[in-house]
Amino acid sequence: MDNIQKRILEEVADLHDVPEGAYNIRANGESTGRRSTANIEIISKPEGNGIDIRIKPGTRNESVHIPVVLSESGLKETVYNDFYIGEDSDVLIVAGCGIHNCGVQDSEHDGIHRFYVGKNARIRYVEKHYGEGDGTGKRILNPGTEVYMEENSYAEMEMVQIKGVDSTERLTTADLGKGAKLVVKERLMTHGSQSAVSVYKVELNGEGASADVVSRSVARDDSYQKFDACLTGNAPCHGHTECDSIIMDNGHILAVPQLEAKNTDSELIHEAAIGKIAGEQLIKLMTLGLTEAEAEEQIIN
Amino acid sequence: MLELKNIRYDVDDNKGRVEILKDVSFTVESGKFVVITGPNGGGKSTIAKLIAGVNKSTGGQILFDGEDITEKSITDRARMGISYALQQPVRFKGIRVLDLLRIAAAKTLSVAEACEYLSRVGMCARDYIDREVNDSLSGGELKRIEIATILARSTKLSVFDEPEAGIDLWSFQSLINVFENMRKEIKGSSILVISHQERILRIADEIIVVADGRISKHGPGSEILPELIGTQSAVNSCDKLIERS
Repeated sequence: MDNIQKRILEEVADLHDVPEGAYNIRANGESTGRRSTANIEIISKPEGNGIDIRIKPGTRNESVHIPVVLSESGLKETVYNDFYIGEDSDVLIVAGCGIHNCGVQDSEHDGIHRFYVGKNARIRYVEKHYGEGDGTGKRILNPGTEVYMEENSYAEMEMVQIKGVDSTERLTTADLGKGAKLVVKERLMTHGSQSAVSVYKVELNGEGASADVVSRSVARDDSYQKFDACLTGNAPCHGHTECDSIIMDNGHILAVPQLEAKNTDSELIHEAAIGKIAGEQLIKLMTLGLTEAEAEEQIIN
Repeated sequence: MLELKNIRYDVDDNKGRVEILKDVSFTVESGKFVVITGPNGGGKSTIAKLIAGVNKSTGGQILFDGEDITEKSITDRARMGISYALQQPVRFKGIRVLDLLRIAAAKTLSVAEACEYLSRVGMCARDYIDREVNDSLSGGELKRIEIATILARSTKLSVFDEPEAGIDLWSFQSLINVFENMRKEIKGSSILVISHQERILRIADEIIVVADGRISKHGPGSEILPELIGTQSAVNSCDKLIERS
């Protein structure tokens, strides 16, 4: 792996070297490193367009890293990664994709992640997206995330787009069974003339299911963002969605929180707020010794 | 340590030019605990903002350790060693109590170190360290976190603007203890507090009374306090509660 790829890997997965536990590193369309463990098996799909990650029931305190790096201009790929998380397991999954494009052609990675979370299983999923390079070719990421949650399972998903991604269309769908709990923390920063659309469709299908989908975003320069989250209550359940956006420069933000109830015992709440950074927040941080620019960075990060 | 020389502050409103501060001069010596009191609307908070650099004076000079800081920015003053606790603490969505304390300390405090500052303001640290500084915190909790950020900075000069404002009686009792402890540990630093509270005035080395944009009295706490007892400038916490109800 070259230095550019190593640096991107550090940005998206905080990795300086090969990670501990199971991993699969994909660079420019090929797997450049892989390790399965006794409890976590990573297998290539026969069609060659992705991997299956099988986590044995009862696997605890283990992790899987599956970062992706694109450093060749003009590369376009769609990858399917399926996670089968066994009952009663408790694992950390770290994904993430970084694109370095210094050419004239667009580079695009569309990663489709499907999670089958078994009964009583818990996962924490961390995904970071990042782009860099001074070419005119666009850096495009269109992630699809599907989560299927069985009884009393728990999934916490932290999805972050740091910077440098020109265009993203993100679709996350979830199907929650009895007592299942989904927590989503999305953070998004767009700048330049970037565009980001994030759509969530969460179906609360089992009694006692709950979902908390929270997005924090910043739109700078001439960028555009759309946050569209729909929670559907089909059973006695709790759902909360929140979108909190900071608008700067000539940014454009559209927040579309939606709730749909099909059961009288579904309790659903949405909140959405868009505003600029409050002057008093900047002042407070400046009295702690930050410059105005550092204070601004602190608030939007 | 800190010297204000002939400070003026005027603002324009729809009725024309209004003089908020007319000619304010005083010095805060090193190792002193100084309290500014006086009737509401007299210009006390403006003095705190001018010292921190949040507002710029329209006349006069501010010296800090002998250096003229009148034209310096908020950041420069903070870095030189001035801390300022706002009367109404600011809420931040997405910033945790731990993050704020780390920014204040200007280093990556360990959780244990950060907890220490929260404990000193009477908070059960583990319950708060990971919470966001947002609407879920009460006025009293925010106020104590605000004070903890000042403790974490441990600068030469700390300015507190009405630390007692907006907090409940129970929090007030522990707040007084925090200030009593700060008074004991003052060493070479200085503390300037804007307050009407008799219990804070009692621990002051010096009291400055500001009314109608001017200093009307300035002297040792033991001399000035007896003149203030029973006036609006030195109330006890129960009076304040009655006043609000």
